[in-house]
Amino acid sequence: MRRQVTIIERIDWITVGILALLAFVGWINVSSATATAESVEWYSLAGKQGKQLMWLGICSLVAIAVLNIEGEFFIRTSLLYYLFTVLMLIAVLAVGKKVGGARAWFGVGTFGIQPSEFAKSGTALALAWLLSRSDGKLRDLPTRFKSLGLIALPVGLILLQPDAGTVLVFGGFIFPLYREGLSGNVLIFVFSALVLSIASILTGASEVVYPVLGSGSGIYLLWAILAGLGGTAAALVVRNTVPRERARVRWIAWGSCAASLAFSVGIHWGLESVLQPHQRERIHVLFGLDVGNPDADYNIRHAKAAIGSGGWVGKGYMQGPMTAYEFVPEQETDFIFCTIGEEWGFLGSSVVVLLFWGLLIRLIQIAERQRSHFTRIYAYSVASILFMHFLINIGMVLGLAPVIGIPLPLFSYGGSSVLGFTVLVFILLRLDAERFTVLR
Amino acid sequence: MNTSDRSGVIAAIFTFMALVFVLRLGQIQLTTSEWRDYAARLTEEREPVMASRGLVYDRNGELVVSNVACYDLMFTPRMARNRIDTLGLARLLGWEPERLIAEMDKARVYSWYRPSIIMRQLPPEEYARISGELWRFPGTWAKTRSIRSNLEGLATHLIGEYSETTPKDLEADPFYTLGDFKGKSGLEGVWETQLRGKKGVRFHMVDVRNNYQQPLSEGRMDTLAIAGDDMVLTIDRELQRYAQRLMQGKRGSVVAIEPATGEVLVLVSSPDYDPDLLVGPGRARNYDSLLKHPGKPLFNRALRGTYRPGSIFKMIQGLVALEQGVIQEDSRIYCNRGIIGCHGSHTQDNLNEAIIHSCNPYFHEVMRRMIQTPRTGSHFEDAAQGLAIWTERVKAFGLGTDLGGNLPGAKSGFVPDTTFFNRVYGKKRWAYSTIYSLSIGEGELLVTPLQMANIAAAIGNRGWYRTPHAIRNLGGKGKPPGSDQRIETGVPSERFAPIVAAMEAVVAAPDGTGKRAQIEGLTVCGKTGTVQNDPDLEHSVFMAFAPCVNPQIAISVYVENAGFGGTWAAPLAALIIEKHVLERDSTAYPDREQRILEAKDPFPRHD
Repeated sequence: MRRQVTIIERIDWITVGILALLAFVGWINVSSATATAESVEWYSLAGKQGKQLMWLGICSLVAIAVLNIEGEFFIRTSLLYYLFTVLMLIAVLAVGKKVGGARAWFGVGTFGIQPSEFAKSGTALALAWLLSRSDGKLRDLPTRFKSLGLIALPVGLILLQPDAGTVLVFGGFIFPLYREGLSGNVLIFVFSALVLSIASILTGASEVVYPVLGSGSGIYLLWAILAGLGGTAAALVVRNTVPRERARVRWIAWGSCAASLAFSVGIHWGLESVLQPHQRERIHVLFGLDVGNPDADYNIRHAKAAIGSGGWVGKGYMQGPMTAYEFVPEQETDFIFCTIGEEWGFLGSSVVVLLFWGLLIRLIQIAERQRSHFTRIYAYSVASILFMHFLINIGMVLGLAPVIGIPLPLFSYGGSSVLGFTVLVFILLRLDAERFTVLR
Repeated sequence: MNTSDRSGVIAAIFTFMALVFVLRLGQIQLTTSEWRDYAARLTEEREPVMASRGLVYDRNGELVVSNVACYDLMFTPRMARNRIDTLGLARLLGWEPERLIAEMDKARVYSWYRPSIIMRQLPPEEYARISGELWRFPGTWAKTRSIRSNLEGLATHLIGEYSETTPKDLEADPFYTLGDFKGKSGLEGVWETQLRGKKGVRFHMVDVRNNYQQPLSEGRMDTLAIAGDDMVLTIDRELQRYAQRLMQGKRGSVVAIEPATGEVLVLVSSPDYDPDLLVGPGRARNYDSLLKHPGKPLFNRALRGTYRPGSIFKMIQGLVALEQGVIQEDSRIYCNRGIIGCHGSHTQDNLNEAIIHSCNPYFHEVMRRMIQTPRTGSHFEDAAQGLAIWTERVKAFGLGTDLGGNLPGAKSGFVPDTTFFNRVYGKKRWAYSTIYSLSIGEGELLVTPLQMANIAAAIGNRGWYRTPHAIRNLGGKGKPPGSDQRIETGVPSERFAPIVAAMEAVVAAPDGTGKRAQIEGLTVCGKTGTVQNDPDLEHSVFMAFAPCVNPQIAISVYVENAGFGGTWAAPLAALIIEKHVLERDSTAYPDREQRILEAKDPFPRHD
C-alpha cells in the first residue's frame, strides 16, 4: 500500500499534464473538423468526436492499468511483445483490410486496429532490452547488427503494406542509437544524404531545360560536378596534409565522392522507376515542380490556405470556413493541424508546436535522469517516435515535407493511434516512477 | 564526443525543428495575405445580382421591348474531376460528342476552378427538357440570364442589338462579367449605362462543392440590384407596325416626324431582320448570312442611307432664293432647255409653277443668280463667295448635319462648300458653270431619309424645326438633354406660301405628280422625287406633311429601284398619313393599300 503511494507520487505529472492538454485540444479540434456547419452532436457516439471521446476514455483506463503494472513486467516481456507485434504485422498482410491502398488494418466491426501503431512501442521496448543487455555498448559489431535487424524486421513488413509514413517514423530510432554511442558521423551522413536527395530530385526533374544540355539532363550535370568535386578535393587535400595521412585522406575523398554518386544515381533511379506515380507527383509538388496535373497540389494548397487564413488569432472556434466546408482533406486525421491554424491562428498553432516541443524536451530530461539503461534507451525511443510524427505531420501541412499520411500524436482522430501513443508513453512513465527503487 | 553531450545534440535538433515550424507558421499566417486571399477565393463567392434592364415603351405606353429568361449551361472542370459521362451529356444536349469534348477542353484551358459556359442561351422550353437530367453530370448547372424580346420586331434598327459581351468589352468595363450582355448598337448601345441599371451583389460562403452555404457576414456587405431606366420612345407602335407592313418586300425607308415636337413617329428601314436571329446559339451563323444578304438588312437606311435629293431640293432652292432676293414670288423665268433638260409643256413659270412642273431651267437660273451675284469683278471669286452664302443657308435646313438628336448612327449627308470645290478643282478654277447640277438637287449633294422628313417638317412649320429625336422619356427624367431644340431655317414664315401652295398642288391637282397621295378630307402637301440610279431603276421618293396648316405629320418615303416618286412612294406615304392624322384603324383606300402590299422588289421597268 505504502509502495503504491510512492509510485503515484513519483509519476511525472508534467508529462501527464502535457499529454492531457494535447489530447483535450486535439479532441475539441477533431470536433470542429468533423462538425457540420449546423450543429455539433456532442454526446452522440455515432459521430467522430463522440468516438474520439470514447477512445480517450479507454486510453485513460489503459493508462491507469499500465501505471499499475510493475516495470519489471515490461522489461521481461519486451521481446515477447515485440514478437507479438511482428506476428500481427505478418497477419495483417494476410487478412488485413485494404484501406487507401495499404493493407494496414484489422477490421473489427466499425472499429479498426492498426498493428503498426503497436509495432512502434514493441520495437522501442525490444531495442531497449537488447542495448541494455549489452550494457549500452554499441561499439561491438554483433550488437550493431542485432539492433539493426530488430528495427529492419518491422520496417520490412510495414514496407510490404506499404505505409511509407510509418517506415519514416522508424527512422527516428537513429536518435537512441546515436545517444548510445553510434558515431556522430551518422547524423552528418543522414544530413548529407538529405541534401543530396533534394539536389538529385530537383536536377532530375525533366521540366528544367538547361542551355547546352537540354531538358532532363541536369542530373548528369550534378553527377559531373560530384565527380569533379571529389577529384579536386582529393588533389587539394593531399597537397595540404602530412604525408602519413595522405593515402587515407585521398581514400576518404574519393570514397565519399563515389558514395555520393552512387546514392544520387540510386535516388534518381528510385524516383523514376520504383516509386508509384502518385508518390513521385507528391515529391515533385513539394519542390514546386510542375507535374501537369492541376489537382496535384490540391491537398497542400488547401491546407496552407486554411492555416494561412488564420492570421494572428484565428477565426475562432468552429468559425473556420475552410474547416467547416470540408476544403481540407482528411482534416480530422492527418490534416488536423489545419483546423488549429485556421481557427486559433498563429498564437494557437504556436502554442501547440510549443506543447509538443515541451513534451519532447521533457522526455529527454526524463531519459537523462535514469540510472537504468533500459529506461533511458526506451525514453529516447519514445521521444524519437513522437518527434518523427511531429516532424512529418506538421512539416507536411506546412508544405515543408511531402504529403505522407501519418497522424499527429494524440491529436488526430483515430483509436489505434491514440491508444498506441498512450501505451508507448505510459510504459515510460511507470518505468520512470521506479527510477529510485530499482537499480538495473 | 561525450555521450551526455549527445542529449544536447538531440534536444537541439528537436528545438531547431520546433523553431522552424513556428517561423514557417509566421511566414504563411502573418507575413503574407496570399493564403488568406486564396482561402477567401475558395470559400467566399460574390454572386452578382443582375439588375432588370429598362423596358422600352412606345409613345402611348405600349410595350415594345421586354426581358425574357433564358439559360446558360455552365461547367466547372474541377467539380467534374474528369469523371463526367460525356457521351450521356452530349446525347442529352443533342450534340456530337466531339463538340462537347472540345467545349469542355476549352473550359479546362480557361480555368480548372471557374465555371465556363458550354451552351449558350437555351430557351426556357429547352431548359425544361434537360434540367431534370443535369444532376447526373457533376460540374454542370444552368445559370439564368435575361435577354431582350422585341416580339413584333418593331423598329429593330433604331432599338439596336443587345448581345453577349466580347472579351474586349469585358476588358474595357469591369461592370461586365463573362457571359453578360450589353447593348451594342442603336438606342440599346447609346443608352447602355442608363438601361442596364446597377448590379447588386450577394456574398456567400461556399463549401468545397461550390454549394452556397450561408451569407457572408450575415449579408451586411450585400447590395440590392437597381433596375435600369425604362425608355419611352416617340415611336407610335401602331403606325410603326403598319409602316413596316407596307414596306414588306421592298427596299427603302419610311421616316415620319411630328413637326411641332420633332418626335420621330415612324422609323422603318427595309428589309429589316428578326432580332431573335441575333441572340442564342445561332448568332454567328445568322449574323453572317444577314451581312451577306443582298438587301443589306443590317443597314439602317432611314438614318444612314444617303441619296441625292433630286427635285425635292428645288423647294429649298426656291426658299433660299426668295430670302436672297434674287427672285420674287411672281418672277417668271424662261424654260431654256438648251442648258439643261426639262419635262412637260411650260415656258414661263413663276416659283409656284416651277415647283409643280419641276422646271429644271428655272432653278438653274435661280441658282446662277445666287452664285454669280456680281460682287468682286472676278467671276471665280464671285462664285466662291456666292457658294459660301448658299451653303450656309442650305445647311440651315438641317442638311449636311446629323441633326444632333441622339439618333444612333445618323449620317450627315453632304452639302458641298467652297473648301470642297477648291480641293476638287483648285482655288479660282471653278465657277457656277462647273457646279450647276447642284441647282436641281443632283451633283455632290447627299441627304438622308431622316433629313428629308425633317425638311418636310421645317416647311410644314413654315420656317423652323425641332431636332428629330426618338426618346420621349428616359427613366422618368424626360427627354435626354440636347435632343429637343428649336432650330430656325433662317427663312421667315411668309416666304413659304408659294412653296406650300405648290406642294398642295402637287398632290391635289388632277395632273399632279403626287396625285396618288390624295386623301379625301385632308390636305396633303407633298413633293415627289425620282433619284437617278443608272443603270438600275430610279429610287421612288416622296416627302410630305399634313394637314397643310398645323401639320401633325411630316414624312419621307424612299422605295429603292421602284421608279417614279409618284408611283409607289406617294401612295405609301398617304396610307401612313391617313392612319395617323385621321386616326383610322383601316384605310378608306383598300385598293391603294392592296397595291402597295402586293408590290415587291424587283419592280417592273417602266418606259
